[in-house]
Amino acid sequence: MKLIIFAGPPTCGKTTVIRQVIKRMIAKELKPSYLKIDVLFADEDETIHKEFGIPTKKIYSGELCPDHCNVVVLDEAVEWAQKSGSDFLFVETAGLCLRCSPYVENSLGIVVLEATSGMNLPRKIGPMLTLADISVITKIDLISQAEREVFRYRVLESAKGIRVVESNALYGIGIDPIVTQIIKSPEVEFPMFLRGNPPVGTCTICVGKKEIGSKNHFGVLRTLEQEIFYVGE
Amino acid sequence: MEIRKITIIGGNGKDGSKEAVERFDLKMGDIVSIVGPTGCGKTTLINDIELFANRNTPSGRQVLINDEAVPEDFSFDPSKHPIAMISQHTNFLSDLPVGEFLTIHATVRGAENIDKILQETLDFANKLTGEAIIKETAMTELSGGQTRSLLIADAVVIGNSPIILLDEIENAGIDRTKALELLKGYEKIFVFVTHDPCIALLSDFRIVLKNGAMQRLITTGQEEKSAATEMKKMDDIMLSFRSIIRAGDEISEDILNEKMSVLTC
Repeated sequence: MKLIIFAGPPTCGKTTVIRQVIKRMIAKELKPSYLKIDVLFADEDETIHKEFGIPTKKIYSGELCPDHCNVVVLDEAVEWAQKSGSDFLFVETAGLCLRCSPYVENSLGIVVLEATSGMNLPRKIGPMLTLADISVITKIDLISQAEREVFRYRVLESAKGIRVVESNALYGIGIDPIVTQIIKSPEVEFPMFLRGNPPVGTCTICVGKKEIGSKNHFGVLRTLEQEIFYVGE
Repeated sequence: MEIRKITIIGGNGKDGSKEAVERFDLKMGDIVSIVGPTGCGKTTLINDIELFANRNTPSGRQVLINDEAVPEDFSFDPSKHPIAMISQHTNFLSDLPVGEFLTIHATVRGAENIDKILQETLDFANKLTGEAIIKETAMTELSGGQTRSLLIADAVVIGNSPIILLDEIENAGIDRTKALELLKGYEKIFVFVTHDPCIALLSDFRIVLKNGAMQRLITTGQEEKSAATEMKKMDDIMLSFRSIIRAGDEISEDILNEKMSVLTC
């Protein structure tokens, strides 16, 4: 099982990139599944299931940050994907506060950024960019080539060594190199650990408990099936 | 890698039928136009060239460099990208001052004397614009014509790319005769997407598109070259009227007759 985590600011084109990737994976007879983590509303699980017939699921993080939600449910999600007969689990998450990142060890972290979002974006989004393996820059058709080069420079300045892929996902341009990297990515290993140190805070994840799974955490927790429960004093 | 020639191999049109033009070559120093009605796929063709399409775009076209196919995972170091594309965009979205943007771009492109190249770029751009571009201006505040001028200057001077693709240069409110004249001083491949007869007839050959497919390749013959010279006169007349109006003056019958007399002699 390979775990591919897609992060990026809202409306940057994550789902469009994922659709194009899924289309190519299916053409190669590979078996992806898809989990969407969002705050209040998402219907991509239904539309992607309808379009491609692959196993899909969604979870609402509600009062939690989506990245936090990701930490407490990801182990169950990988098991769910394994049981559903998939070789790949694609997780799409709308990380919001930009202090931590959703990527775990032995996975492929992909950050999706839109070319139109301003030259300072790469400096603003911290670990979501710096801890990713690939930065996919979308909507490149909307800016000039000179701006593309300068944007790319700003991405590499913040995240040295990251692989930059420029794409116009609506037309499926620049998707093949992403598929190649997904196929080459490592097998997921248990126990899973977050890549980065979360910021200092008051929750178990924020104070540095990086192991994935609700059994490793305290406070208000949940399962993949949205059962909410409390562990602690 | 030194590029001597690129070849475009035809794919299919919007309806899936094979393109009539099976292949054409672009060699250093060539000036080529792409013509056809709006929506016929002119921009798609230059996008295919810019991306080094390898039968992986909707048109199914393939681009060869020096007669060889471009490998699937091939991607240029962006600082050495051999193609500069001037798209139809007349707006910058970058929230940076002109000077800072050009400095970063020149750095990315590995320029040695940044200040000199920055000045050269601004000078080139300001030959094409009405109002001069100032270094401290935010990119987003430039007018459509200033934006286009700066993009062309950036591609030629900072990018120094061997292949330059220009999408509808005539729509930008810049001095296009001047632009053509300046561009011809550089030994490069220029591909113009255009609706302008002067630009089309000043090219070595033109590709005619229809319904997403390359229909014909027309080499500019002697007859058309002479026609271009006549059209240039008409164009110059229009430009001189434009200058008069821009300067806030009026066009009298005398001025009209004087300007038009060039055509009858």
